[in-house]
Amino acid sequence: MALADKDRIFTNLYGYQPWNLKEAQARGAWDNTKALIERGNAAIIDEMKASGLRGRGGAGFPTGMKWSFMPKQPPLDQNGNPKPSFLVINADESEPGSCKDREIMRHDPHLLLEGALVAGFAMGARAAYIYIRGEYIREAETLFAARDEAYAAGLLGKNACGSGYDFDVFVHRGAGAYICGEETAMIESLEGKKGQPRLKPPFPAGAGLYGCPTTVNNVESIAVAPTILRRGAAWFSSFGRENNKGTKLFQISGHVNRPCVVEEEMSIPFSELIERHCGGIRGGKDNLLAVIPGGSSVPLVPASDIWDAPMDFDGLKAVGSGLGTAAVIVMDKSTDIVRAISRISYFYKHESCGQCTPCREGTGWMWRVMERLRTGDAHVDEIDMLQQVTKQVEGHTICALGDAAAWPIQGLIKHFRPEIERRIEARSGSLQEAAE
Amino acid sequence: MADRYIEPDTPELRARWGNFTWTEANAAKAKEVVARYPEGRQRSAVMPLLDLAQRQVGAELNTQGWLPIPVMEFLAEYLSMPVIRVVEVASFYTMYNIAPIGRFHVQVCGTTPCMLRGSDDIIAACKSRGMKKGHITGDGMWSFTEVECMGNCASAPMVQINDDNYEDLTAERMDAVLDALARGESPKAGTQDPARHTVEPVGEPTNLAAMVTANHDYRSEW
Repeated sequence: MALADKDRIFTNLYGYQPWNLKEAQARGAWDNTKALIERGNAAIIDEMKASGLRGRGGAGFPTGMKWSFMPKQPPLDQNGNPKPSFLVINADESEPGSCKDREIMRHDPHLLLEGALVAGFAMGARAAYIYIRGEYIREAETLFAARDEAYAAGLLGKNACGSGYDFDVFVHRGAGAYICGEETAMIESLEGKKGQPRLKPPFPAGAGLYGCPTTVNNVESIAVAPTILRRGAAWFSSFGRENNKGTKLFQISGHVNRPCVVEEEMSIPFSELIERHCGGIRGGKDNLLAVIPGGSSVPLVPASDIWDAPMDFDGLKAVGSGLGTAAVIVMDKSTDIVRAISRISYFYKHESCGQCTPCREGTGWMWRVMERLRTGDAHVDEIDMLQQVTKQVEGHTICALGDAAAWPIQGLIKHFRPEIERRIEARSGSLQEAAE
Repeated sequence: MADRYIEPDTPELRARWGNFTWTEANAAKAKEVVARYPEGRQRSAVMPLLDLAQRQVGAELNTQGWLPIPVMEFLAEYLSMPVIRVVEVASFYTMYNIAPIGRFHVQVCGTTPCMLRGSDDIIAACKSRGMKKGHITGDGMWSFTEVECMGNCASAPMVQINDDNYEDLTAERMDAVLDALARGESPKAGTQDPARHTVEPVGEPTNLAAMVTANHDYRSEW
C-alpha cells in the first residue's frame, strides 16, 4: 500500500504553492505551537522516542534519545554562570545523490523553523543555528526570508509563540566543503574555522559549539517533529517495519525514466518505489545493473539483490549496504560501473579535509588506482592491494569520511571483480598483439 | 583538497585593493551579520563576511568576485583576528575565489549522479566555447570549474552559474542558457525541462495531485 497524500508531512514538496507563512499556516504549520510547548520537554522527548524516528541524516540514530542526552542542569563556565545550550541544524546536504533538504528549505521552510523551536525547547537550547550549504544560494535566501516572517509574527524570538520561552534561530551559510556535514566539523566551521572534525569524546552534547552543550540534527529529522507531535507517535510508527518507522523522503536519481524526490513509507520495496514514482528503470527491469541505495558513501548493491529489498535501515544492511540519506542512485547496463565508482573516489579525494594521514593520502591513492582499473592499466594483484588499502583507511580516521571513501570501492570489488579483471586482460591482450 | 593557489600579493594588487572598506549598505549588513553570534564570538562571522566582501569586489569589477589578500587583511582587522586565520578559511572553502574570476562562473557538476545523466555532454559544451578550468576566457566573460555534487541530483545534470542553478540540462539547453547570458539576458533558473515544475516525477503526478492547483489542507482527512 502506498502512502496516502493525507499522511505526507511535506505537502508542498514540489513547490506548486508558495512557501510563505500565510500559505504554510493554511497547510497546518505553526498551528497552536504554544500547545505543543506546553506539554513540557519530558513529554515531547518521550513522544519522539515512542515515534521510533531515527535520524534522517544518514547514521539513523534515534532522534528522541539524542535530544535526551542534553544535560538537564547546564554546566557552569569559569565565572560560575550557566552555559547556554545550542541546537545546530545540519542543512549542509552534500552527499552525492542527496537532494531532499533543499526541497524542504525552499518549499516548506516553516516546517523546519517550527521544528527548530519545538526541538530547541525540548532540549533546553537557547538558540538554533541552521548551517546551510553555501551552494544553496536561493534556498538560503528563502530561509532567511521565512525566518524574518516568523520573527515578525512573534513565532520566534522573545516569548516565541506566546509560550514564554525565548528562542532564536540564525541561518549560517557554508562555503563549499562536504566535510562540514560532519557534526564536529560543522561546529568548527560555525566558530569561524576550517571545517576539520574534532576528536570525540568530548561529544557535542557535553562540549560543542563555543564549548557549550550542543545537539546536531538533520533538517528532515527536525522538520518532521511538529507533525509527529500533533498526530502522535502511534500515527508515525504505523508506517514501516519494526525499528524502521515513519515516512521518509526518497531521492531517486540516475537511470530511471522519471527521477524525483518523493515522500514514502519506510520499508517500501525498491521495486515498488521505482515502479510507482519513477516510471521504472530506463530500458526495463532487466536493464538494471546496480543501485547505490543511500548516497555515495554506501556500497552498491547488484540488481538481483536490490529488487525486492525493503528500503529501510535493516533491509539494506541485509544486502550489504545502508539506507544513508535514502539517496537512491540507479545505474542501468549502459553504465561504466568502474568509472561511476572512480568518480566517487575522486569526490572523496577532493573533499578530504587533510587532517588525518590515512584519508588525506589514501583517498588520492585510491582514486589513482581506480583510474588505472578503469582503463585496465593495472595488474590483477592490484585489485587485492586496493582492497587492503581501503581496509587500512577505514576506521583509522577521526571522522567517517575515510570509511565513506573506502566502502564504495569495497562494494565494487565485491560485486564486480570479474569486470575489473576483464578490463585488465583486455588491455594486456591488446598490448601483446601490438608487440607481436 | 583542491589544487588552488592564492593570487600573489604584489604592489599593484595592494595599490588596487589596499584601501578596501565596506560600502555603506554592506557596512550595515556586516554589523547585522556579526550580531548573529554571541558576544566575543565575532570570529564566527568570518564566513558570511568573506562572502559579502567577495560580492562587493564582484560588484566593483562586474564579475563573480574574488578575495585579494588586502581584502582578507581588512576582514581580519574588522573581526580582530589574525590574518592567517582568515586566509586559512578563504583557502579551505572552495566557494571563496582566491584568484580573479570571470563575469560568469560556470560550475558544472560532474559527480556520479550527474555523470549518469550526461554531464560529460554539458562539460563538452562548455569546452567547445573555450572554457577551461582555472582560466578566464579572453573576453573576460567565462570561468569554468567542474564541481562536486551540488545537491540537485533528482534534476541532473545541472550547472550553477553565479547565484542560479540550471537543471535538467542537455547540451542544447546548456547552449541556450549560455547564449542568453552572453546576450545580457537572465534565463529562467531551475529546471530547463518545459514539462517539469521542480523535482516531481515528470508527467502525471504520482502523489500530491491536489497541491498542483490549490493550497490544499489535508488536515480534515486525518
